[in-house]
Amino acid sequence: MAFAAFSSTTAQADPAPRRRSRVALLLLLPGILYLVLFFLTPLVSLLITSFQAPAEFGDIGQYTYAFNWQNYVDVVTDYWPHIVRSFVFALAATVLALLFSYPLAYFIGVTARRWPLLQSLMLVLVIAPFFISFLLRTLAWKQLLSDESFVVTSLKAVSLLAPDAHLTGTPIAVIFGLTYNFIPFMTLPLYTTLERLDLRYLEAASDLYAHPFEVFRKVTIPLSMPGIVAGTLLTFIPAAGDYVNASRDFLGGPDSQMIGNVIEANFLVLLNYPAAAALSIILMSVILVIVGIYVKRAGTEELL
Amino acid sequence: MMPRPLPADPMIRQLVRQAQQATLGRRTLLAGAGAGAAALALAACSTGGAAKPSAAADVSDSDKTIRWDNWALYIDVDDAGSYPTLEAFTAETGIKVAYTEAVDDNNTYYGKVKDQLALGKDIGADVACLTDWMVGRLIRFGYTQGLDHANIPNLSNLVPSLKDVDFDPGRSMSVPWQGGFAGIAWNKEKLPNGFTSVSELWDPSLKGRVGVLSEMRDTMGLIMLDQGVDISGKWGDSEFGAAIDEFKKQVANGQVRNIKGNAYKEDLVNEDTLAAIVWSGDIVQLNAENGDKWGFAVPEKGGTLWNDNFIVPIGSPRKKNVEKLINYYYEPAVAAEVAAYVNYITPVAGAKEAAMAIDPELANNQLIFPDDATLAKAHVFRTLDGTEEQKYGADFQSILLGA
Repeated sequence: MAFAAFSSTTAQADPAPRRRSRVALLLLLPGILYLVLFFLTPLVSLLITSFQAPAEFGDIGQYTYAFNWQNYVDVVTDYWPHIVRSFVFALAATVLALLFSYPLAYFIGVTARRWPLLQSLMLVLVIAPFFISFLLRTLAWKQLLSDESFVVTSLKAVSLLAPDAHLTGTPIAVIFGLTYNFIPFMTLPLYTTLERLDLRYLEAASDLYAHPFEVFRKVTIPLSMPGIVAGTLLTFIPAAGDYVNASRDFLGGPDSQMIGNVIEANFLVLLNYPAAAALSIILMSVILVIVGIYVKRAGTEELL
Repeated sequence: MMPRPLPADPMIRQLVRQAQQATLGRRTLLAGAGAGAAALALAACSTGGAAKPSAAADVSDSDKTIRWDNWALYIDVDDAGSYPTLEAFTAETGIKVAYTEAVDDNNTYYGKVKDQLALGKDIGADVACLTDWMVGRLIRFGYTQGLDHANIPNLSNLVPSLKDVDFDPGRSMSVPWQGGFAGIAWNKEKLPNGFTSVSELWDPSLKGRVGVLSEMRDTMGLIMLDQGVDISGKWGDSEFGAAIDEFKKQVANGQVRNIKGNAYKEDLVNEDTLAAIVWSGDIVQLNAENGDKWGFAVPEKGGTLWNDNFIVPIGSPRKKNVEKLINYYYEPAVAAEVAAYVNYITPVAGAKEAAMAIDPELANNQLIFPDDATLAKAHVFRTLDGTEEQKYGADFQSILLGA
């Protein structure tokens, strides 16, 4: 980004001392131990499990150590629709959340600057849903979207919904749930960048006869890019792996199951641990690749 | 190799220096490998072995306590939140019972305790009540302790039909706690005609308003019975396959709205589903809360009958205490007291007569004290072996996942 180039020159002039210090290592030790114990170990365990093969003459859920890479081929052939669906749903939820959040964040961060009280009140409203459990809020939506509910009956009255159609248990409900649940994760990073937006740049652009839309596209959006990138990542990554909204007990149905639900079913019901592990590794890798490409293209590595 | 001189341009110079610093030194690599090996060693600690664990030494005589894991709303509770029958048991025997509603689902409970069971370790419970098929699996794996019938004289009150089950002949490892039917429930206001068979659920007028259970043995059991299969007897892939095809068709064409566990009750209440395959005891409770809104029937061609059974996990050191507890709950008067609260079917003979003394209306409720005609329509899904459990489970799950 153009503005970042100016600031980086001053940072280069005074590089941090690269002296190895025992104290620093000692201070790092708890963190490293924590990561080895609670991140590296489960990850290695997951990787080993994903290559396990069924035990010979074994009962349900019994597997032995092996290098059975066929597991990966099997889960992709069996569950590729769910993998694709997860990313499509996550993408839809991210785009929708961005569309809803941007005007909201702009209003709180820019328009409401003159009224600090309103600003803090609106921020509280954005965060307020966190005071109630995520599961309860999703259950509440299940009630609100049920067949005899006000929402469905009024949608049917204005013919937006076919007379025999319904909302719960459909992909629409799942995407709606994902969008709703992750909106605060989009709004807050957007707000923090927009709140620091220097309005003089916008003034300068209009002084140079830029159309308001042009100002928004060429000045506001690039300046709020860090917030957009952070918000979309915070929404997309958990949404792709979410299994609550799409769960049949919440907003999903048999035709809207996501990869998280498949992992859950394989792990808890079918006791097919290698398949569940392989799917988790695939989910993790695909997210890593997508996020890597996205960050590279958005050109904001220094933000992360 | 001689280090090459750095280029003159200061910016490139800086870049090269950064790149040099970023390369992986041999020492860093070794450190990384060491951490990886340590993680590997830790990860390998989890066992995958199939050796059967051995029972823990019994300390019941010196330690008068029991930890009991059970399902929610599955025992009598008074307004103060305490359990009258358990308190009476403590007064009678001096054994204190820590009762926990820890079982939410057979599969999640199994997922939570299976590793300790495989090692023969204590799972934090001395007795747990789990469903027939899960008990069958635990017994097959050697995760349960044999019960000493000499310590449970009241076991003679067990109804004859449950004395011999295919997963535990002679009841040497498990004793029923409560049971229930899976049958059909319907919204009496919207569907006053009621239901007598599963195929009536597939009527086009009910499209998208039918619910079924995510418990394979109940949903598939009812469909198989509807197709004329004796689910307790010898049946195989072709019978199961025919039922799966029917089920798949009804899910794919949108006839079946959703496939749920305990959450199906909410769908009935908010009328997303007007008719559903359900568990009998839930309907008794729903009707009590919502004013007798639903009808329930065991289909003419048969419904499933299941039981939740006491088992003593292999790692529990208090089996003898648990045997006393089971003996206590097999007294007809105690069983009647529990039945009056939980609305499921008690396996204790004589409980109906005892209930008659408490509340005649209760004793005549077919869903709590079914008569012989109702019981004749109820069938137990035969126990599957490991291969079948895996195969049929995968077929059923693939429909639940919409694949």
